[in-house]
Amino acid sequence: MAFYVVQFLTGLASAASLFLVASGLSIIFGVTRIVNFAHGAFYMIGAYIAFTLTERLSGAFGFWGGIVLAAIAVALIGVLVEMVLLRRIYHAPELFQLLATFGLTLMVEDLVVLIWGPDDLVGRRAPGFKGAIDFFGQNIPSYDLFLIVLGPVVLGILWLLFQRTRWGVLVRAATQDRDMVAALGVNQKWLFTSVFAVGVFLAALGGALQIPRDAVHHAMDLRIIVEVFVVVVIGGLGSIVGAFVAAVLVSELNAFGILIFPKISIILVFLVMAVVLIVRPWGLFGKPEAPARKTPGLTVNPWRPLTQNERLMALAALVIAATLPLFAGNYALTVGSEIAIFVIFAVSLHFLMSVGGLASFGHAAYFGLGAYGVAFLAKMAGLPMIVCLLLGPLLGCMGAAVFGFFAVQLSGVYFAMLTLAFAQIVWSIAFQWVSVTGGDNGILGVWPEKWAASPSHFYWLALGVATLVTIALRAMVFSPFGYALRATRDSLLRTEAIGINAKRIQWTAFVIAGTTAGIGGALFAYLKGSVFPDNLGISLSVDALVMVLLGGVETVSGAVIGAIVYKALNIWLVSQTDLSKLVLGGFIMLIVVVFPKGIVGMLEMLAQRRRKASPPGSPLLAKPIESAE
Amino acid sequence: MSVAPPLLAVEGLTKSYGGIHAVRGVSFSLRAGEILALIGPNGAGKSTCFDMLNGQNKPDTGHVRLLGEEITGRKPREVWRLGVGRTFQITATFATMTVRENVQVALISHGKQLFNLFGSAPKFDRGEAGRLLELVGMGGYADRPCGELAYGDLKRLELAVALANQPKLLLMDEPTAGMAPRERVDLMRLTASIAREKSIGVLFTEHDMDVVFEHADRIIVLNRGTLIAEGTPAEVRGNPQVQAVYLGEGLVYDARHREGAST
Repeated sequence: MAFYVVQFLTGLASAASLFLVASGLSIIFGVTRIVNFAHGAFYMIGAYIAFTLTERLSGAFGFWGGIVLAAIAVALIGVLVEMVLLRRIYHAPELFQLLATFGLTLMVEDLVVLIWGPDDLVGRRAPGFKGAIDFFGQNIPSYDLFLIVLGPVVLGILWLLFQRTRWGVLVRAATQDRDMVAALGVNQKWLFTSVFAVGVFLAALGGALQIPRDAVHHAMDLRIIVEVFVVVVIGGLGSIVGAFVAAVLVSELNAFGILIFPKISIILVFLVMAVVLIVRPWGLFGKPEAPARKTPGLTVNPWRPLTQNERLMALAALVIAATLPLFAGNYALTVGSEIAIFVIFAVSLHFLMSVGGLASFGHAAYFGLGAYGVAFLAKMAGLPMIVCLLLGPLLGCMGAAVFGFFAVQLSGVYFAMLTLAFAQIVWSIAFQWVSVTGGDNGILGVWPEKWAASPSHFYWLALGVATLVTIALRAMVFSPFGYALRATRDSLLRTEAIGINAKRIQWTAFVIAGTTAGIGGALFAYLKGSVFPDNLGISLSVDALVMVLLGGVETVSGAVIGAIVYKALNIWLVSQTDLSKLVLGGFIMLIVVVFPKGIVGMLEMLAQRRRKASPPGSPLLAKPIESAE
Repeated sequence: MSVAPPLLAVEGLTKSYGGIHAVRGVSFSLRAGEILALIGPNGAGKSTCFDMLNGQNKPDTGHVRLLGEEITGRKPREVWRLGVGRTFQITATFATMTVRENVQVALISHGKQLFNLFGSAPKFDRGEAGRLLELVGMGGYADRPCGELAYGDLKRLELAVALANQPKLLLMDEPTAGMAPRERVDLMRLTASIAREKSIGVLFTEHDMDVVFEHADRIIVLNRGTLIAEGTPAEVRGNPQVQAVYLGEGLVYDARHREGAST
């Protein structure tokens, strides 16, 4: 019995940090409508800075002072980020905000290693809370008891802050209607900045308070952000009480889940999240999200199938690509195969994200499931390659069918967070279930059969499949289903009013996209000859998002171009520098802020401008006007 | 002897939010080809009433029957399949698609081709889409992106979309709100002529009394959630209760104002 009580108390102690970080995320979202992906990064920096400060400053005052100072320092960094980066993208679509803050996360991961080194750092014990308390023969660290008390105290302070101060009233008002608050003459800029600072402070404090419990390391940001996303999905975005209750719930589930499913404890959290989503899709304490105000003046060029000339051009490009083995070496062909596979991956996400308006932040899950599907079939069942290639993607299909069912109940940022959480769950399973997946060691020796073994043959195979997939998905964009899918993206109200079951359309699209990604993953397993948990990791999911974004979210063919350019750049970059995350993160932020239409979008815009600038028949007339400007 | 059930029969519809009774025991019916206006001051419960008819909102009690068939509490998409088209107070259209594509989506849904993955949507019922757009006077706009349209044109597009499944009943929530006076008259004339020609029942809410009295065959008046009057435009115009609801305080103010001016 005592054991269970201790387990329960440990869960409560873990909930404290989780609550701090989740409430910060919730407050920021409530006012700015930005889901701050970098929140985990702030948590991590908080821990690192607190580590350094508590090492330098001595005594009890040095320790507690160091913790608070670290949180304040990170809050100041947050202010800087808000003013330099976020202010530029408040009116951008949610996807861009998530991506920009993700770019920031990537940069922080490399910077942290650069400054503090790659090793785990073990921090000082908290003065006054060094020992453990005996509880019927079980030990409870006294620091855990401190954390258990801290959680409700912070909740109380936040409540007072929001109910009793002028600033709190403004924040609550802005959470309900920020445009109205701005119209009432409140300086919105500073309100947003201060809210962001408070949110980041909470995240950093959560990180700093962890150092007596856990080692500080450079991957702690992703771990916490996924848990935080789960917490806010369960508790309801924007609700601080919800964040508290859900943080306790998730921490307890983790604490007891280990006892029930020692290998895959995360399953329990997932099940609870699934139940909550079915019963209350907006979370336990959240409110149903009102439809977002559409950005005024949104005009997208109507999509059209390729003209005859464009088809010929695409065919010519394909023929040139097919002749690559005639003059390129083996390394170039392997790179070519990888690019072709990533074209498959990118077009599959594009179908979901651009056509269906569902920006998945965990698309790699289905890519990776396809890869694992092939590995299982080839290694365990010993099936021939063709059969593996055909059946392997079905694992991606099944994963997409299960997760997609829950994911499409939500939209916008909730959808993004949920898909990310699902992907992380799949990753954890691959990582933890060593007896089946090989864990971190992966599954090795998945080599193609003779007919596809040479680099040129494999390249042709990959190119051929990529071409088929691209054509098929493109045909679907202009099929009745594709129209219905675009319709659900534009107006759910209208689709329901004309007899369309929007959720089923979106679910179908999710399954199609997941299966297609699985095809890419299946080929990838054979290309690399092995499968690792990284094949379904977050960074791969973000690669896909960046490829679509780089090509142009609002275009039909952007994904193909984006995948080719991005993958080529990426492979080159990794071979050139150790700090690829830093460069990549900066690159993502640059696209979002400066280049939001992507390559194809820019080309379309230029072509349109040229058409408008020179009306047929009067090129001479246009010139003097131009020079007059 | 059995009498054919009316196109739409509403019986004792009630809805409250917390302690507020938005709609209380509203009953009325509508024949095929009839144009019925639902009017009432702001907050009378018109929109709530309206949303309960096609399943956008669920009534606490009461029944909605379409040709005798119970449709209370059905989902909007199911109600649509039974032949009820709807336009919204604030237009809901597919902003990134062209005008023709908007109508084609409705036709695809009507033809039950929603899960057709490899057919050609641009060619889907192109002729029928064109005819519907001609019918509402939008033939020349077929290839324009919907996001570029003026508000009045969006309203006409919604009408074309609502007609795509050859409905028996059209529900139009403030069809002419936000339109210029001239456009209002045009749109309602158009609606009336289509309804009479195809024998479609039309129920609409409206604030513009000129539109109401010119086009409605019959009018029902809602105030504070209850039905206070029903009848032909002439009857409703002469009803003292309706006058009180609409003009009540205004007349008194007007009289005092004149007195003040004369002294």
